Amino acid sequence: MSNSAVPQGGFAEAGADLELVGITKRFPGFTAIEDLDLRIPAGSFFALLGPSGCGKTTTLRLIAGLEEPTAGRILIGGKDVTSTKAFQRPVNTVFQSYALFPHMTILENVAFGLKRRKVANADALAHEALRLVELDHVSARKPAQLSGGQQQRVALARAVVNRPALLLLDEPLGALDLKLRRQMQIELKDIQDTVGLTFLHVTHDQEEAMTMADTVAVMNKGVIEQMGPPQELYELPRTAFVATFLGQSNLMTGRVVSSGGTSMVVDVAAGQVEVPAERAQRTSGEVVVGIRPEKVTLHASDPGRQTGRNVVGPGRITDVSFSGVSTQYEITSPALGVFTVFAQNTSISRMHHDGDEVWMSWEVGHTFGLADEPSSVSANRFADDTDTSMIATQRREQLEAELEGA
Amino acid sequence: MRGFGKYAIWVYSAIALTFLMIPIVYTIVFSFNDSRRTNIVWRGFTLDNWLNVCEAQGVCQAFANSILIGVVATILATTLGTMIAIALVRYRFRFRSATTLLLFLPMATPEVVLGAGLAAQFLQAGVPKGIGTIILAHTMFCISFVVVTVRARVASLDPALEEAGRDLYGSPRAVFWRITFPLLLPGIIAAALLSFALSFDDFIITNFNRGADVTFPSYVYTAAARGIPAEANVIASGVFLLAIVLVVVSQVSAAARRRRLAKAS
Amino acid sequence: MAFGAFATATTAAEPAARRKSPIALLLLLPGLFYLGLFFLVPLLSLVITSLQEPDPLIFGQYQNAFRWENYVTVLEQYWPQAVRSFGFAAVATLCALLIGFPLAYFIGITLRRWPLLQALALVLVIAPFFISFLLRTIAWKQIFSDEGPVVGFLQSLAILPPGVAITGSAFAVIFGLTYNFIPFMTLPIYTSLERLDLRYVEAGGDLYASPRSTFFRVTLPLAAPGIMSGTLLTFIPAAGDYINASREFLGSTDTAMIGNVIEANFLVLQNFPAAAALSLVLMAAILVLVSVYVKRSGTEDLL
Repeated sequence: MSNSAVPQGGFAEAGADLELVGITKRFPGFTAIEDLDLRIPAGSFFALLGPSGCGKTTTLRLIAGLEEPTAGRILIGGKDVTSTKAFQRPVNTVFQSYALFPHMTILENVAFGLKRRKVANADALAHEALRLVELDHVSARKPAQLSGGQQQRVALARAVVNRPALLLLDEPLGALDLKLRRQMQIELKDIQDTVGLTFLHVTHDQEEAMTMADTVAVMNKGVIEQMGPPQELYELPRTAFVATFLGQSNLMTGRVVSSGGTSMVVDVAAGQVEVPAERAQRTSGEVVVGIRPEKVTLHASDPGRQTGRNVVGPGRITDVSFSGVSTQYEITSPALGVFTVFAQNTSISRMHHDGDEVWMSWEVGHTFGLADEPSSVSANRFADDTDTSMIATQRREQLEAELEGA
Repeated sequence: MRGFGKYAIWVYSAIALTFLMIPIVYTIVFSFNDSRRTNIVWRGFTLDNWLNVCEAQGVCQAFANSILIGVVATILATTLGTMIAIALVRYRFRFRSATTLLLFLPMATPEVVLGAGLAAQFLQAGVPKGIGTIILAHTMFCISFVVVTVRARVASLDPALEEAGRDLYGSPRAVFWRITFPLLLPGIIAAALLSFALSFDDFIITNFNRGADVTFPSYVYTAAARGIPAEANVIASGVFLLAIVLVVVSQVSAAARRRRLAKAS
Repeated sequence: MAFGAFATATTAAEPAARRKSPIALLLLLPGLFYLGLFFLVPLLSLVITSLQEPDPLIFGQYQNAFRWENYVTVLEQYWPQAVRSFGFAAVATLCALLIGFPLAYFIGITLRRWPLLQALALVLVIAPFFISFLLRTIAWKQIFSDEGPVVGFLQSLAILPPGVAITGSAFAVIFGLTYNFIPFMTLPIYTSLERLDLRYVEAGGDLYASPRSTFFRVTLPLAAPGIMSGTLLTFIPAAGDYINASREFLGSTDTAMIGNVIEANFLVLQNFPAAAALSLVLMAAILVLVSVYVKRSGTEDLL
């Protein structure tokens, strides 16, 4: 094991690259991960985002060495660690349940990893790590005497103190209430800035992933659907799953009527939608296109064709909910199904009312074309069917998550 | 009706608890009896029995034998039973239901059958009966009780704790001795105490397999025909008081720990 | 606690997936080998012994044979003791339940608001375990003896005619059995009631159930695993017990149970085949009764 990967007691200067090559993990009865490739550069804060049962926790456990992959290789800092055991890997985990040892004091918990590696000044380093999370004053207590937030910080200190090449965080904020979560998010980010490790954060909370990570990978059914900086994922989702899992999207299905040069035009029944060529994943046949709700403007009358803007309609407002900063409208039309629009409550925007007939328009540049087959996507026009099938999918994913957790 | 029912259960339970205490109090009181040959009629208070316990023929030897048998059988049964308990919770293996049946049966078999069976076996194998055969017998019936007790503890152990140990550079050996074992220890201690109590007070199985050696219960049984000396009451009372003190101390310290935890959080 | 041994509800859900590993065998084999050698082989020894016949040459020795008539002989000779054993055990189990259930309810539910009292009451229930089983029984014998306080009191009230003893009667034996097994009955019931969520009971009250129907529809079914465990823990040892029924303790020759007969045949008369045959009859009868009982209570996974 190279010294750069496992610093023997010293503080590492930076984390190491993580590379997963063709990782597949099968459990009796189902496949959790299918041929996964992933590269996380050293020093980054990487979030693996997905619904429960998508395989993200399994990925984490594979990296930690708590599971063995069915196929594929895992490299840390360029070194193949696939066949090494958990305790031989330069990786530490902050467990979802914190998993603090109940029979040890806080100090003993934090010093545990250092002592196993026979680091000379383990206690001093443990105190230092506890100071980092501002908990040195409770070092003599037992975990059961601490609050949830304090336990979380101890778990973090216990992992960070080892200066692992890679720090794994398994939904560590899941057990905290909203206020504590926010506070911990900021603290985590601070710690990452201070110690400069490579962080791999697994979460189902899209907001958490977006605010904390430099790179987010959205995972679904054992494969990574899309990966990139948070804004890019949001502005240009490539699949229907990403478009709907990360924030909300209005999706429309239609046939490409013309394509060439800088853009393509799709006939979506309620109008024609133009998509810039570089934002379209597919350029022929039946395609799915989408637009974020806050990009859409409502019109009381047909604004007519304008260059650079897509117009669809008409539809009827079926629900208005006012939330101060913005108003959310739901527009229903036979051609589009349910369409959601967020309108900023600026002085120049006017309120629309339940039952009004409206048209929707947005800038062509905000439209995105997805890679999915239309048949596999439940676009808005099939809204009614979606619900039951979504429930069925979620139920299955839940079961898989249970199996995975078991 | 309701008000009456409320008091009725207090009264009923008080009577039942008193009922449970009667022979215990009787035994302790008669350990102070100034008895001559038999310890049946109250003849006055004395401390002589407590001060000269070993004066009664053979009672201390019997007590010492019981302690020796209890300790050895407890160590054997606790070790074997704990191993089985861990395997039952943690591992998949064939013949699982046959294994659980084999563990259940000794608990569902009357002692007299267990005793007679072992005695028949020792007879056929030509093994001379004595302290050794008693230890073998006691270990056998204690194993199942150890398994049941420790198994519950293993099942309630969060596997994430051991994973955290492995994640924090603990070798399998270090994880077992520093995490798994300390966390199982309360269950193992409970199982050991239960084993010792079962072994110490066993009479039926012992009686079939003791040969000429005498344990404390078999001493009492033999003495019952001609009158039990007060010294036997002394030993029983001493063991009882020691056990009660242990129980009370552990209960009080557990309560204090809970209170401390409640205050801290 | 091991008192939940017979109750399924006390077994926690398995938290982790079980792995396959050779370590399992390493952990299992020593203990299972031990149980095989000192539990299964002895049962086999009993079977062999029970079929032996007397050695024609040496008196008091037996040789291997296939004398199944031994079973007929012992059943003909000892059926009253066998029937009495199960009768006594059944009555004692019922009495122990009548005393143990209210006691367990009292400790597990009524005393919940007073943790200190609850702990004290629990210690009192466990206390008999800490004092010799035989001495406790002897104490009752002396309390019930002809010179003892109970007989004198009852005779002064003319309830008990002069010259009639309590010790040596069926009543004394059942009394002793009941007393000795009350803790075995109370503790498992307490364990299941202790975990009973009082909100269920309150919900029962909310839904316009009378206290009586709440008890029968909510409390009792929730305590069922404990009752089941307690009855087995009482009935099995009571049926095989021979201390209480022994002449030196609370019984007489008229109250002899199957355990007394097995002991006498094995250790005194050295009629090993008869003792072995009776042991197997006892074991078979208990296993049949237990499995019927377990089936009817709908719990099959016993350990």
